[in-house]
Amino acid sequence: MTFLGMPALSGAPFPVAARAGLHNAQMRRNLTKATGTIRAKRASAVAELPDWAELRAAGAAIKDAVLADLGTHLLRLEAALVERGTTVHWARDAAEASRVVTDLVRATGSTEVIKVKSMATAEIGLNETLAESGIRAVETDLAELIVQLGHDRPSHILVPAIHKGRAEIRDLFRREMPGVDPDLTDDPRALAEAARKYLRHKFTTVDVAVSGANFAVADTGALVVVESEGNGRMCLTLPRTLISVVGIEKLVPTWRDLEVFLQLLPRSSTGERMNPYTSVWTGPTEGQASHVVLVDNGRAATLSDPGGRAALRCIRCSACLNSCPVYERTGGHAYGSVYPGPIGAVLSPQLTGVEHNRTLPFASTLCGVCYDVCPVAIDIPSMLVHLREKVTESRGVTAESAAMRAVAWAMSDARRWRRVLRAGRLGRALGRRRDRIGHLPPPLAAWTDARDLPRPPQQTFGDWWESR
Amino acid sequence: MDAVRVALFVTCLVDGLYPDVGKATVALLERLGHEVVVPRGQTCCGQMHVNTGYAGQAVPIVRNHVEAFADAEVVVTPSGSCAGSVRHQHADVARAHGDAALGDRADRVARRTYELSEFLVDVLGVTDVGAYFPHRVTYHPTCHSLRVLDVGDRPLRLLRAVRGIDLVELPAAETCCGFGGTFALKNADTSTAMLADKMRAVLDTGARVLTAGDSSCLMHIGGGLSRLRAGVRPLHLAQVLASTADRPVEVAR
Repeated sequence: MTFLGMPALSGAPFPVAARAGLHNAQMRRNLTKATGTIRAKRASAVAELPDWAELRAAGAAIKDAVLADLGTHLLRLEAALVERGTTVHWARDAAEASRVVTDLVRATGSTEVIKVKSMATAEIGLNETLAESGIRAVETDLAELIVQLGHDRPSHILVPAIHKGRAEIRDLFRREMPGVDPDLTDDPRALAEAARKYLRHKFTTVDVAVSGANFAVADTGALVVVESEGNGRMCLTLPRTLISVVGIEKLVPTWRDLEVFLQLLPRSSTGERMNPYTSVWTGPTEGQASHVVLVDNGRAATLSDPGGRAALRCIRCSACLNSCPVYERTGGHAYGSVYPGPIGAVLSPQLTGVEHNRTLPFASTLCGVCYDVCPVAIDIPSMLVHLREKVTESRGVTAESAAMRAVAWAMSDARRWRRVLRAGRLGRALGRRRDRIGHLPPPLAAWTDARDLPRPPQQTFGDWWESR
Repeated sequence: MDAVRVALFVTCLVDGLYPDVGKATVALLERLGHEVVVPRGQTCCGQMHVNTGYAGQAVPIVRNHVEAFADAEVVVTPSGSCAGSVRHQHADVARAHGDAALGDRADRVARRTYELSEFLVDVLGVTDVGAYFPHRVTYHPTCHSLRVLDVGDRPLRLLRAVRGIDLVELPAAETCCGFGGTFALKNADTSTAMLADKMRAVLDTGARVLTAGDSSCLMHIGGGLSRLRAGVRPLHLAQVLASTADRPVEVAR
């Protein structure tokens, strides 16, 4: 399967890609444990706020208001950034954004950059583009570093190495981390200490940093990074050049609006009342050159679809991943995108086109948990249904669409439908021997591979009612 | 409460595959003193089409449903999922496909449509329906009844009032069973993995009967349990509530 930094343009269909995760007993155990713990933490952190429903509604409303007048807010942000001494760049797509950043790094003469954990840079495949120009990007978020050192792919938005056990992490640190203690144990503290040593050296020697931003405040030009480790703050403050890649949907209109999101985000993502580090910077610090790259990469197209635009409210908290029973069992790699889980299933097809992601909108039972836990009330199930319709339309006539059409024709008229239901009695022969149906031909074999079907009744309910 | 004339929306699955669930719903409502009618024009809510990406094809199904129940005072259905479709999809599907008038008519039907436990608890105001069911039972709250309709603990309140019942709590009850309509076919491996966890939870309770408000989810979990010859009987909530000392619902089968 081809996995690009940006949402997958091509790759195995979800049902096929899911098998690797489903059969990986170690990953299943890791994920069940990790998501179960975080779900419980989120639930209690949310339950203790009596005004959670109002906060959630406010979060959705603020984001919707920004999206409804995005152009105005973006220009206001640009003006505020420029006024404070930041250089603003605009990028239409992933390639353009990566090129802008690469050129900026090249101009500094540095061959290394340190990175703050950022979904936007992962989405545009920045590290790969930098590498093509001989520039090494060093991830400083511990989980991102684990993924990077392992030449692996992220499987979770917040915890990209959630699929890795600590023994695996010890092995790859020993193998890949320069200067690491060869007797390193898998004690989490020892692992964190090894990473700290490695990263401290980078913080003090690399002079260019690349970040994203969780929020960009339009009226002041303040950028906000929310994190747990403090490594992001090291990157934001030490290097002399700071380049921030920001999706155009990251805006909030005013400083005051942050109040809502700084409550919604930590409680939803890590189950904490407040995250350990919130860094806010308004313009460069003294002696620092500051650049902001504002990236579209499919967002304007997403905004144009009333049935899908609410996905742009997303604040990347991961609550939907942690709660999704499908994600918990398949893991994140099955989604073929840096955005896995329910939000990925609605975001990836919109950012890169449904024709490239025809199975993702179907990777859900529509159980509705994702909508329940979403801090900005994105109705993911309804959006999935909307995208499913786009997928079937993009496919044209198929065996499935013809079969569905025939069933729809029968269901549109009670007399026709009664005849179909009565014909179901013919199925009684299949279950004659065991009083249940154990085997059916494809495509229904997908059902009977693991489940029986009941033997159809002698008489439909409708016929019983008529005869009563 | 005065006798209500209830239009039963039996659902396609119950009509064709689980007629006993329909019969139990009729028996229960009549025992409570209400009149049941079954509008002949009904077929299906069209949810399978909508949720599989064929909302356009579902428009005539929605129209058929709206016409079948246009004159009904109250519509009751033994399915959280189908009630959810009627209430949260029909009007949108009609409007999204250019039939605003149908959307308005669908809204009117939706406002009078209740899932069985909602109707019993909210409209009739009863929790003790006079049922007798002396078996160990566990209840699976189906996703759509829980998160689309928000039926909450209404089914459990009804079950707790059943005489003789040994109601045991299902671990991780609110986790989806993995059915998801055509998801079970399109993503059969993932669906089966979810089913395995749900079956383990059911078996852990030691219950002899698994009950729920949707025949579709029961078809899924029950189908898995049947394959394992696990000896757990799936029964719809209506069947448990319809059971009385005089007319007990058979569990041995």
